[in-house]
Amino acid sequence: MSESVSSLMAPPSTWEEFTEGLWKRNPVFVMVLGMCPTLAVTVTAMNSLSMGIATTFVLAASCFLVSLMRKMIPKEVRIATYIVIIATFVTVTDYAIQAISLDLYEALGAYIQLIVANCLVLGRAEAHAARTPPVEATMNAIGMGLGFTLSLVMIGGVREILGAGAFFGIPLFGEHFQPWVVMVLPPGGFFVMAGWLLLFSILRRRSQMKADAASVEAADALKTSGACHGA
Amino acid sequence: MSAPDTTSQPQETDALAHATPTFTLLRALSVVSAVCGLIIVASYLLTLDRAKDNRRLASERAVVKVLPNAKIVKPFLALANGDIVPAGEGDPPSGAIRFYAAYDEKGRLDGIAAEGAAKGYADIVRVMFGYRKDCQCIVGIGVVSMRETPGIGDKILTDKDFLANFNALDVRLNDELTALANEVKVVKHGTKTEKWQIDAISGTTITSRAVGKGINEAAQVLLPRLVPKLDRLEKP
Repeated sequence: MSESVSSLMAPPSTWEEFTEGLWKRNPVFVMVLGMCPTLAVTVTAMNSLSMGIATTFVLAASCFLVSLMRKMIPKEVRIATYIVIIATFVTVTDYAIQAISLDLYEALGAYIQLIVANCLVLGRAEAHAARTPPVEATMNAIGMGLGFTLSLVMIGGVREILGAGAFFGIPLFGEHFQPWVVMVLPPGGFFVMAGWLLLFSILRRRSQMKADAASVEAADALKTSGACHGA
Repeated sequence: MSAPDTTSQPQETDALAHATPTFTLLRALSVVSAVCGLIIVASYLLTLDRAKDNRRLASERAVVKVLPNAKIVKPFLALANGDIVPAGEGDPPSGAIRFYAAYDEKGRLDGIAAEGAAKGYADIVRVMFGYRKDCQCIVGIGVVSMRETPGIGDKILTDKDFLANFNALDVRLNDELTALANEVKVVKHGTKTEKWQIDAISGTTITSRAVGKGINEAAQVLLPRLVPKLDRLEKP
């Protein structure tokens, strides 16, 4: 929706493209895209960070190539070509992680290959990169990817702290800490995700209410001043 | 969507008249496939050596965990016809079992390590076990991969009583050298009476059983092929 609205207004600057996904339209907490890896691999902060970086790379490289080829790709075959492009970079990532660390590869398991089905990647290629020049498309994709990484680490960090008493593998609470095992089990992903969403919606409502109150006050002030003038 | 029908009608016919020619579609798909193919092949070739080294190092690390004296580790295949050959590149022939011969610093055969796998609670549990011929027993295990419940299934890594089962787990062959003399069996916690039994962890029975089953299945096939030819592996 806002895509078509923003295209009517002045085109966003490269910096705006970059920051869009970081927070304002965060892929996980605002657009709620790519839930499969978000819930499945965020057992530790390290896994979350690696998954986020892998997705960011796939997203940025795919969006760059899609944007570069956007005038050459007829709309009839666009989904097929986007999926081929995304699958290519997922394969590259898969090989790269095998070369970097086998432990990491085992820990992330099938979820690396499943980046190909992450709706965030195809969604951004289709909704943004296909109608934006390469630099802007890539910047936007990197921003979205970093926003995705940030949210994954926020979920994974909480799960690791509560479920294993550690953060990035560094023990925090000493030996007597009794870990909440449920946090590293699948339900923990839903609990932490829900917790963050709840927190953000409370904050949003607070600032909304403040803004409303401010505007009502301003209107009151205007009214009274108007009344004074009238008198 | 909200546009009235009168305007959408001409647009549709317009789209049909300006449909992309077949050749353009084919060209687009071919170019994209060619570019993507090049990227994939290039990255495969670039990462191949590193990935192979990583795999070798990982299996060597797993072997050293179960046979701590190992200095040199060599992979072999026990073929279905009973032959022992050094493991080469690529997929092993069907029916072949991969194992590692571990040599100590003086170059003497220290022991054999092999992998067993069986279904656990969540997924396949893959364990590496070390075998020494002087006691004809398993002298240590390590987990290669598992997805068992943290805090429950992963006790097989830490539970001292459970790991003590594998200080000398009896896997001697029968007189005909065709199978294990006694099947490796997982028994209920506290009821172990024989050297070939594994005392399960109470509350972690399914994962304990998977470990026992994986070892038993692998040893039943591998050891009858391997033991008669162990002399051939004496020197690295």
